[in-house]
Amino acid sequence: MIAYALRRLLGAIPTLLMLITLAFFMIRLSPGGPFDNERTLPPEIEANLNARYHLDEPLAMQYARYLGNVLRFDFGPSFQYKDWTVNELISSGFPVSATLGLLAMALALVVGLSAGTYAALRQNSWIDYGVMTIAMTGISIPTFVVAPLLILVVALSLGWLPAGGWDWTPARMVMPVVTLALPLIAYISRLMRASLIEVLHSNFIRTARAKGLSERQVIFRHALKPAALPVISFLGPAIASVLTGSVVVERIFTVPGLGSHFVQGALNRDYTLVLGVVVFYGMLIIVLNFLVDLIYAWLDPRIRYDRRWS
Amino acid sequence: MSSKAELSSKATVSLPSVVPRNYGLWSEAWERLLRNRAAVVGGVLLLLITLLVIFGPWLSPFDHVIPDWDRAGQPPDAESSHWFGTDAIGRDLFVRTLMGGRVSLLVGILATLVSLIIGVAYGAVAGYFGGKLDNTMMRVVDVLYAMPFMFFVILLMVVFERNIFLVFVAIGAVNWLDMARIVRGQTLSLKNKEYVQAAQAIGVPPKQIILRHIVPNLIGVVIVYATLTVPQVILVESFLSFLGLGVQEPMTSWGALVNEGAQEMETAPWALVFPAVFLALTLFSLNFLGDGLRDALDPKDHY
Repeated sequence: MIAYALRRLLGAIPTLLMLITLAFFMIRLSPGGPFDNERTLPPEIEANLNARYHLDEPLAMQYARYLGNVLRFDFGPSFQYKDWTVNELISSGFPVSATLGLLAMALALVVGLSAGTYAALRQNSWIDYGVMTIAMTGISIPTFVVAPLLILVVALSLGWLPAGGWDWTPARMVMPVVTLALPLIAYISRLMRASLIEVLHSNFIRTARAKGLSERQVIFRHALKPAALPVISFLGPAIASVLTGSVVVERIFTVPGLGSHFVQGALNRDYTLVLGVVVFYGMLIIVLNFLVDLIYAWLDPRIRYDRRWS
Repeated sequence: MSSKAELSSKATVSLPSVVPRNYGLWSEAWERLLRNRAAVVGGVLLLLITLLVIFGPWLSPFDHVIPDWDRAGQPPDAESSHWFGTDAIGRDLFVRTLMGGRVSLLVGILATLVSLIIGVAYGAVAGYFGGKLDNTMMRVVDVLYAMPFMFFVILLMVVFERNIFLVFVAIGAVNWLDMARIVRGQTLSLKNKEYVQAAQAIGVPPKQIILRHIVPNLIGVVIVYATLTVPQVILVESFLSFLGLGVQEPMTSWGALVNEGAQEMETAPWALVFPAVFLALTLFSLNFLGDGLRDALDPKDHY
């Protein structure tokens, strides 16, 4: 287990390096510098600014400097928000985004797993078809369509919840969390249904039934754990999806999270902020994927010995 | 009996002599697909949407760019021929929705083609040559897999000027990983087939074996995953356009229209509803069709 964890951890290093390198050079090779958007500056001032942000050094030097800073978790100053560092922006936005993301994940797991299990146990009944059609709808209707519709109905027509804004109260969290969770619920219930149906046809379930266990025991003691494995391995992509979803959701519900900083940075061409957020998200995804892999290996001993590409 | 003959002749007509050996597979797959009601509905709906998007704009007397300030924000109305109403500056939404559909569908198809070409070439080479080359190539894919894909696309949009052609090249260029993995797996089993060994034995160069014997036999999986990639790409494009990073005015796409509609949904809900319904229906039918094709062409993988 420890050897497996180490091997996976070593595998994450090139990924991380590649991430930083790609993001850095993409930003630096872009046409136009950060200071030539609006008015033209006097050459002396521009030279000073360039020196201040080390833009006068050779590119390789800057890359090495950035890499070193990132390893010390220093993403540098923001180009557009003059008095802010990227670190400050990240630490102001991330708690908000993380709260929404975690709540959405929890909601998606509870609803998705139960709906998928329920559908699988009643395979080919009208309940099954109903759940799966709703799930396909959930996959097909994008977040940025669901969110305005929710605002239109729940906030504007019924007046049950505030339409947007943020103050850490549950009333303002409900709609963003539900919007984030919907596509995940759809995926998780489909995955769970498919894998539970497969598990229920396997030999060890037949053995369990032949032993005379009650249907309840067969399902809860034997079938659910192996059936949940594909869902566990979906958690990695799910995390990425919540992060991307949060970009749209935060913008629509005017939540001051990391996602809205990112979009604002992208629209303002705030290179250091965009670069910082991409690297930060990438690191987060890599770390969380690593944890998901460990949980998976712990649940399924077959995976530990040799995992090659199938 | 006669219907069966008719079906198989249809299958051969649509796939002329590319896979003569798999004649039976194709006609069987076609029958399986026709039995899948959701897939048939998806396919028909998709065909209708495509036809409407291509020919629809000519049915309307209006242009998608020219504003008409006297009719700004008008609700749907058959009498004035503004079937879907107008937007905030009086442009006809029926025409704009369909023009946006052209962009969305085109971007979806082209980006899928880009990812398909890269993915098939990469996967087939890795799978065919195997060994160290395969190891390194798949290691690269693993590394790229862990990247936050969406953020790279946004980054690309920030870095390059917001050009619609770059949008789909960029999306395609980051979206080929699934295809490469699937194609590689398939190639691994294909390269041990007798006809490939026969070709090797008579000294056909690897490039020709890949092009003439491996790639044509990949068509089944490639079609399935291409069908499932198109909705993903459409979704990414509308996501970018929604954020204001994709298609730029006066061109439009379903994502951009949903964005505009969402900003005025209190006063003009029709501006949100029509593009949103078109987008959702298209994604819905592509997903159902893709699922149906997978079941039809790959009976092993039924769930």
